[in-house]
Amino acid sequence: MAGASQVLQLTDPLPLDGGGELHGAEIAFETYGTLAGDGSNAILLCHALTGDQYVASPHPVTGKPGWWERMVGPGKPIDTDRYFVICANVVGSCMGSTGPASEAPDGKPYAMRFPVITIRDMVRGLVALLDGLGIDKLHAVVGGSMGGMQALSLAANWPDRAERVLVIASTSRHSAQNIAFHELGRQAVMADPNWHQGDYYAQESQPDSGLAVARMAAHITYLSEEALTGKFGRNLQDRDTKSFGFDADFQVESYLRYQGSGFTRRFDANSYLYITRAMDYFDLAEEHGGKLANAFAGTEARFCLVSFDSDWLYPTAESRHVVHALNAAGAAVSFVELSAPHGHDSFLLDVPALDRVVKGFIE
Amino acid sequence: MSALRPDLAAIASAIEPGTRVLDIGCGDGALLAELRASKGVDARGIEIDGGCVERCVAQGLSVVQGDADSALADYPDKGFDYTVLSQTLQTARRPDLMLDQLLRVGKQAFVSFPNFAHWRTRGALMLGGRMPVTRSIPVSWYETQNIHHVTVKDFRELAREKNARIEREWFFANEKPVSGAANLRAEFAVFLLSR
Repeated sequence: MAGASQVLQLTDPLPLDGGGELHGAEIAFETYGTLAGDGSNAILLCHALTGDQYVASPHPVTGKPGWWERMVGPGKPIDTDRYFVICANVVGSCMGSTGPASEAPDGKPYAMRFPVITIRDMVRGLVALLDGLGIDKLHAVVGGSMGGMQALSLAANWPDRAERVLVIASTSRHSAQNIAFHELGRQAVMADPNWHQGDYYAQESQPDSGLAVARMAAHITYLSEEALTGKFGRNLQDRDTKSFGFDADFQVESYLRYQGSGFTRRFDANSYLYITRAMDYFDLAEEHGGKLANAFAGTEARFCLVSFDSDWLYPTAESRHVVHALNAAGAAVSFVELSAPHGHDSFLLDVPALDRVVKGFIE
Repeated sequence: MSALRPDLAAIASAIEPGTRVLDIGCGDGALLAELRASKGVDARGIEIDGGCVERCVAQGLSVVQGDADSALADYPDKGFDYTVLSQTLQTARRPDLMLDQLLRVGKQAFVSFPNFAHWRTRGALMLGGRMPVTRSIPVSWYETQNIHHVTVKDFRELAREKNARIEREWFFANEKPVSGAANLRAEFAVFLLSR
């Protein structure tokens, strides 16, 4: 059954990279499996940009299955009969953790008064959650895409907190192209007249059309050209001929519109601004004197990086860049580029080789 | 260690317990798995074939997918007690530069290769007049990955030019050790070098 997540209210203020701190922050999270008496079997899963804590349980708004049910559960590669799996909604998001839609101390939503946060700030929140749960050392931290950035950030900034670090389809820094696509999405949100400088929570209409456009643009970056062609080609949607108008003539148009509008029902537009900003600011080397190897100096964790040959959002070269730094730091690292047709979204989809790698690495 | 290829078994038996080893071109990880299990070695690998890497990682081995010709450049000097290059030297674009990298990254380096001067190979070329296809060199010239065939004598000369000391050497034919007249009688050679 879909239900409200557990929520931890942080007693200490959360210090932020942009200066200042976040008071009274709440972290909403789900757990699966049982924590061992010695606390040694905990795995932290970090979610992606628009993900949430419902990794292996139904989403309370959409009713859809958890976003990684194929990977997490009893007998699955991340076996909840053996491991205690934790997944928390990141700070800045909108599924129960404190974000721009949450109430500020004055009782009104923060909206754009919410502080700009970073990936490291999100991880600070996650570490506070681990402290709250009494987990000193994770068996593993695992994440894909933005979740991989969090896993890398945890490994670099809290090196004693995880024995294994699994980073899938991710990067140590956002490229100009990554930032450009995010800026496109943000501008779409902010150009929506219903955005009202972020103060739309009490309004009748929300900036849904802007957010939908942002999601449509982003969704294209999550798929490969091959996947789009294979799925849709130039097929027409529910018609035999072109309309010579601007309806969704093509199946791919109809699909994107559906993805965009579905997204607005479950996600807050301001959260989208804040989280994309955090990703754009992410540059792990910059945090560590400009040299990525420094981020991992002296680490005793084992690392595994996985990329997909069809992922053009965070291509293999980005994973290799991290692997080079880990090698230079003398860390134990594995890396494999898996072949999968789906593009960046391959990490969420049916790629049996990924199951084997994940299972083998966290063993 | 009986399951290992003879050159790998020789390498495995010569490696000291508890050391750090980097196996370049580690294939499916047979040597790494053996070293980890029997000698408590911190064993790492580089392998170009994605399927092999996947099988290695699924066994919990630390293996990076990459090209031996370029991947070594990122590793710090003397970061490993041993580097291992088994039956890969003859596939390198520049075996001489590869040897430099092996000796830079490892305090000692194992190199094994098929000996092109084995009498079968010599015979095939001399009598048949064609590029040899033998037990140790089983693939025809147009398909083989071996782009720099090498003999025991050639390798000794390269080691000398590179100021590398030959610490130990092993020779095999028909999976059995060979002693004496190695350049004529050995199908495979293994050298342990240092600098």
